[in-house]
Amino acid sequence: MSDRPQTHRRVVSYIDKSREYYAAHGYGKPYQWASYDDVPFVKWSDTGLDLSKAKVGVVTTTFPAVFTAPKKVYAQASSPTPDAMFTKDLSWDKDATHTNDVGTFLPLDALNSLADDGVIGSISERFYGIPTEYSQSRTHADAQEIVAWAKEDGVDAMILVPL
Amino acid sequence: MSLVARHLEEAGIATVVVGSAQDIVETAGVPRFVFVDFPLGNPMGRPGEIAEQRYTVEAALELVTAAVAPRMTRRLDLKWGSDEWRAVYMHVGDDNREELARLGDERRAKQAARRAASKANA
Repeated sequence: MSDRPQTHRRVVSYIDKSREYYAAHGYGKPYQWASYDDVPFVKWSDTGLDLSKAKVGVVTTTFPAVFTAPKKVYAQASSPTPDAMFTKDLSWDKDATHTNDVGTFLPLDALNSLADDGVIGSISERFYGIPTEYSQSRTHADAQEIVAWAKEDGVDAMILVPL
Repeated sequence: MSLVARHLEEAGIATVVVGSAQDIVETAGVPRFVFVDFPLGNPMGRPGEIAEQRYTVEAALELVTAAVAPRMTRRLDLKWGSDEWRAVYMHVGDDNREELARLGDERRAKQAARRAASKANA
C-alpha cells in the first residue's frame, strides 16, 4: 500500500482553480495563460562559465515597500537586503502563510551566503522587479529592460521567482 | 515571468524559475523550473527556515548547470507540514457559491460606476 492513496491530482492546478473561482464570480471568459511551443535555452556547458566565478541575479514580481504608482519595471541595489517588500496586491495564499520573511521569495541572503562559501562568484549588484498585471506587449518591453540591466551588470545566470 | 526567462535566454543568459504554481509555469514553458510544492507565497522556503531557503537556491543553481535541454523541472522534496491549504485556496463550493456571485456582481457594478464617472469627466 502506498503512503497516501489519492483520488485526485495532489498538486494544486492553479489554472483550473482560478478558472472555476472567477467563473463563480460571474466572469464568463477564462483567463488565457501564456503557452509556448518553443523554449529558448542556453546550455551552461556551452557558455564556458564556471558557477564558482559566475555572477547571479534575481528577478522578483514583488515591489519595494515604498514605490510610486503605477508600478514600473525596476532595478534596486541588492545590498543591504530589504527588510520588507510590497506583496499584498499579488495572488498568494494569504490564509496559509505570510511574506514577512523576504528570504522566502527573494533569495538575496541565501545567494550572499553561497558567494561567501565560494559556490557562486558573486551576486549581481542589483536585483530586478517586474509588474505582472499588464498586457503581454508591455511585459515584452519590461523583459527587454531587464535584459539590458542584466547585461550592464554582467549577470551570468538569473533566478526568477514569481510570487 | 516566463517571458522574462525567454528574453534572457535569447540574450545568452541562463535562467531558472523557482515557483509553486507548477501548472502555470510548465504550461508557459520555461528553460528550467524548480518546483516547490508549497502554498503560493514562499517559493524559496518556509518563513524563518534559513537552511531550507539556501537549499532551494542551491538546487536552482544546480539545475542551471545540469540541464541539457529546456523544460527541465526539478521537484524539491520539501514538506510544508499540512495539506489543508490545497483545498482551501480559491475554494468554490455550495457553502460559498452565492457569496462569490454576489462579490462578482458588486465588483462589476463598481467598475461600471467608475467607467461612467470617467466618461462624465472626459
